Amino acid sequence: MVAAAPAAPDRIRADVNRRKIADRVFVMVGLLVMFAALLVLAVLFIDLVRDGAPKLNWDFLQSFPSRKAERAGILSAWVGTSLIMLVTAAITMPVGVAAAIYLEEYAPKNWLTAIIEVNVTNLAGVPSIIYGLLALGLFVYQFNLGQSILAAGLTLSLLIMPIVIVATREALRAVPRAIREAAYALGATRWEVTAHHVLPYSTGGILTGMIIGLSRAIGETAPLITIGALSFIAFLPESPFKGEFPFLSFSWLGEAFTAMPIQMFNWVSRPDPEFHVNAAAAGAILLGMTLLMNGIAIYVRYRFRKRINW
Amino acid sequence: MEPAPIEKAARPETGAAGNGGLATPRPSVDLARRADPADAPLTVKSRAEALSFFYGQVQALKDLNIEIREKRVTALIGPSGCGKTTFLRCFNRMHDLTPGTRYVGRIMLYPDSLDLIARDVDPIEVRMRIGMVFQKPNPFPKSIFENVAYGLRVRGMRSAARIEEEVEQALRRAALWDEVKDRLQNSGLSLSGGQQQRLCIARALATNPEILLFDEPTSALDPIATARIEELISELRDQVTVIIVTHNMQQAARVSDYTAFMYLGELIEFDNTSKLFTNPEQKATEDYITGRYG
Repeated sequence: MVAAAPAAPDRIRADVNRRKIADRVFVMVGLLVMFAALLVLAVLFIDLVRDGAPKLNWDFLQSFPSRKAERAGILSAWVGTSLIMLVTAAITMPVGVAAAIYLEEYAPKNWLTAIIEVNVTNLAGVPSIIYGLLALGLFVYQFNLGQSILAAGLTLSLLIMPIVIVATREALRAVPRAIREAAYALGATRWEVTAHHVLPYSTGGILTGMIIGLSRAIGETAPLITIGALSFIAFLPESPFKGEFPFLSFSWLGEAFTAMPIQMFNWVSRPDPEFHVNAAAAGAILLGMTLLMNGIAIYVRYRFRKRINW
Repeated sequence: MEPAPIEKAARPETGAAGNGGLATPRPSVDLARRADPADAPLTVKSRAEALSFFYGQVQALKDLNIEIREKRVTALIGPSGCGKTTFLRCFNRMHDLTPGTRYVGRIMLYPDSLDLIARDVDPIEVRMRIGMVFQKPNPFPKSIFENVAYGLRVRGMRSAARIEEEVEQALRRAALWDEVKDRLQNSGLSLSGGQQQRLCIARALATNPEILLFDEPTSALDPIATARIEELISELRDQVTVIIVTHNMQQAARVSDYTAFMYLGELIEFDNTSKLFTNPEQKATEDYITGRYG
């Protein structure tokens, strides 16, 4: 057999250059698309800040809503949003993580778990108002929770449960099989392998999924309106902290609430343009809260990644 | 850049199996070092009886019968896919972690005549008694100390002083103590590959296993780290029963007392290492160790 003569060096170079054109084209397209997305977000944010500039001050955060636009603030809205997020996180974290651990580590592979898995993934795509209707029937009327902070937290935690479960499963799956085998080979039980190794090593991914879920929940309006959020509240729920024993109070869970997106929605729908300024300011603050949470997610991921690299 | 020429010079020994063992001289065996089992009757630590193993419908092991002698090193050799790792992982029931696997036959563990693969024997119990070192070093992303202490903690040891003592002893037995004694709190992942593997050996030794399984423990290591691991295995042979799977015939010849040659899921020949490498009974064994296939 006669080997083909090697190609001339300049031919090779020309060939490589020609083939690398596609590389460069893709980089250009990628950058273009990315900047377009960032630009839209930036314009939106800047626009909100500019429109809401007159109201972006401490008074706005410390005042209750009012019939007079210049005196209206978002105190009850941001307190409500914070408390609802607290409830949502407290419910979603244990339930979502436990469900993910069961599905990933314990569940046998059969048709039942296959159906559950497919449905958990699909639930992430269900419109949020459907969750609102479910919550209205189940939490508000059936369980008699009323139009309360607890009902709102439960509703939003239903909404983000699939997101948290999927993200947690992915984080658990990222723990190498070799690490599990190492623990099993030392005589660890399944629970010990999960609790001592798999969970601690995937904390970064789990927290990231959690925060991404909460960032989604913080902007949700439809399900809260469905379960009956008020749009005008001129008082705060009772403080969770008390001066005397046992120092914690849970009566706030049963109180009526409003939230940032609902306050915004209310102001936007008024004819008086002065209220639109308030809406813009509240929007800027809400967007800022979301970006802050995403920033925390990135930081958490970075911190845990740094500690563990396989 | 790595000093490539030095690395090359040190390669031939470990690299031999990598090129299929072609044109390698027969491994030399230090005959004097081997105790002849005929002179000194040895205790049988474990015996596989008519052992077959299935992945679903695929039969990976066919009717194996073999005796593992106590406090000796038994090597399993054979070409890729011959079932030697599958066989090794039967001893600590690692296959139980994969659904759809099935054992047939018995693996008896002595002196208490426990059938390791019996359905009513808990795999956790088996793994409490039989340790394993894997192909690629797999330390936990915890401190060096915690890596070694983990097996003890699982066994319910609570006394900090006892744990410290056992960890030190295990690290000494794994010839790692001097290198890590000043940084026990550093991550196990901060060590080099060879040190990580010795950490994994220390982790397994800390639990005082009756049998220690090695699954190609040096295949991911450089020649110098390999030499240290082999030295360590030779030192361990008086303390613990060792079964080692290796790709590398020279390694089997260097570290083992007995060698089993496997091919296509069957045990072809099992004998004293010196006998098997110098005067094999089976044609297939002879062909393999002389590098005719691999």
